Amino acid sequence: MSALEPVVKIEKVTKVFPRGNVTALQDIDLTIDHGEFISLIGPSGCGKSTLLRVVGDLTEPTEGSVTVNGKPARRARLDHDYGIVFQDAVLFDWRTVSKNIAVPLELLGWDRERRRNRVDEMLELVELVGFGDHHPWQLSGGMQQRVSIARALAFEPALLLMDEPFGALDEMTRERLNLELLSIWHQLGSTVIFVTHSISEAVFLSTRVVVMSPRPGRIAGVVEIDLPAQRGVETREDPRYFELVTHVRELLRKRGEHLLPEEEQQLLEAAE
Amino acid sequence: MSAVAIGVRERRRRDGVRRGARRVVAVALFLLALVGLYELYRWVWSSAGFTWPFAVDSTSMPHVWTILKAFGQPAQVNQPPLGTILFHKALFTAKEAIVGFGLGAIIGFFLGVVLVHSRLLQRGVLPYIVASQTIPILAIAPMVVIWVNPKLPASFQGWGSVAVIAAFLTFFPVTINTLRGLQSADPRALELMRTYAASRWTVLWKLRVPASMPYVFSALKLAATACVVGAIIGELPSGLQSGLGGAILNFNQYYSIEPQELWATNIVAALLGIVFFVTVVLVEKVVVRRAPENVG
Repeated sequence: MSALEPVVKIEKVTKVFPRGNVTALQDIDLTIDHGEFISLIGPSGCGKSTLLRVVGDLTEPTEGSVTVNGKPARRARLDHDYGIVFQDAVLFDWRTVSKNIAVPLELLGWDRERRRNRVDEMLELVELVGFGDHHPWQLSGGMQQRVSIARALAFEPALLLMDEPFGALDEMTRERLNLELLSIWHQLGSTVIFVTHSISEAVFLSTRVVVMSPRPGRIAGVVEIDLPAQRGVETREDPRYFELVTHVRELLRKRGEHLLPEEEQQLLEAAE
Repeated sequence: MSAVAIGVRERRRRDGVRRGARRVVAVALFLLALVGLYELYRWVWSSAGFTWPFAVDSTSMPHVWTILKAFGQPAQVNQPPLGTILFHKALFTAKEAIVGFGLGAIIGFFLGVVLVHSRLLQRGVLPYIVASQTIPILAIAPMVVIWVNPKLPASFQGWGSVAVIAAFLTFFPVTINTLRGLQSADPRALELMRTYAASRWTVLWKLRVPASMPYVFSALKLAATACVVGAIIGELPSGLQSGLGGAILNFNQYYSIEPQELWATNIVAALLGIVFFVTVVLVEKVVVRRAPENVG
């Protein structure tokens, strides 16, 4: 993999679910470079999660191709090229926090010593030092999600896929985790694809926001986020931040209005 | 932070001890109340002369103390006290039940693991597994004895075939619950394993099997009592005299003269079942680490 090669290259991807013949994605083209933080945003049913799953080879595109690190998505998955975080932490109840983080390391065949060292590093990274011996059910939702992030990053994948990771958390926890995620991203320099419902979250975190519109799922526009790289609490008060939020919101609304009658029709058909 | 964690753990341990002590007291009180009710019923029925549903006398309902006294007296002349004899018979039956339990649990678990990987087998084999449990154990015990006994090494003769009969009662709940437990793994966790490119085998051992443990243990609790019943019933057609089944058969014949001996044997059989059950519960507490509200 050369440094110039994009981390993710999505070309003409279309995904049709045979059940109900729903076109979840249509003609998606997107190239993501090394170190980018890309948010996928759009209303429910716009295919943003499906797109993420296509990149992760959890579902196959009907047409088009996806390469990750210059390899077909399937090869990339088999090579452990990405880590993933779901909306729920999906931790194993029977394992302690440390052992949960170690799951992918065990599968990669790391020895005990190396696993322990890495788990300690990860606990530090997600600020959970001292909680390694706890069980998941003893942690709050935000802490569980931090464990899940540590698990996804433990084997240093080049790419981090996040499917509405903070969607189930309260607003305050969410904002704090946003800051933490940015700090982790700066420290590790990995590439992130982040699916979200929240405009403010997308603008705050990303280098680019990909706005999607539903049925069929398409890219309505891509917004470059030209905020300073180092972001903090004050970023949310930056006038440029508000302009960008407004811009994304308008893109979402315009596409929504434009498509609404036809969309509704398709929605009704799909529901039947 | 870890100091707080230790404090929490210490408090939880102390809470556990207190809860355990309270439970022991509760069980003792309940037992006492049961004995009181038994004697009260006995007293009311015999003094009022009620004959419904049956006439109460020292044959139909011997006094609790008569039964307890029987433990200390020899059932036949020149023999050790009944309690000692029953203890040894219980050990013999326990040996059959333990081997049957182990055999049944292993076979049951293995069947569950095989079945979870094949829809076809589930549809094809499961009905026969269910049907196997509709056969009365007494009806197949003689065949099992004839089939199994000749193949057993000398030290397993006799009781080995009874263990097989006990296993026949044990494997069924374990198979059904293992299958359900293995299927209970969170679909998102299965997807997570897919992102790690985990093999079927890895998914089984790292995810499906641990996720199945609460289900497997509720089956093992059923099996713990079933294997004792299986061992006792298995002894009947085998003509084995060394176990509780043989004792029950024997004391049955003398019930009208000395009912307390059969009662005493029944108590020992029940205690044996309880010991098995409690053992499984204790092992479960060690093995299954779950959120408190998920412990079934």
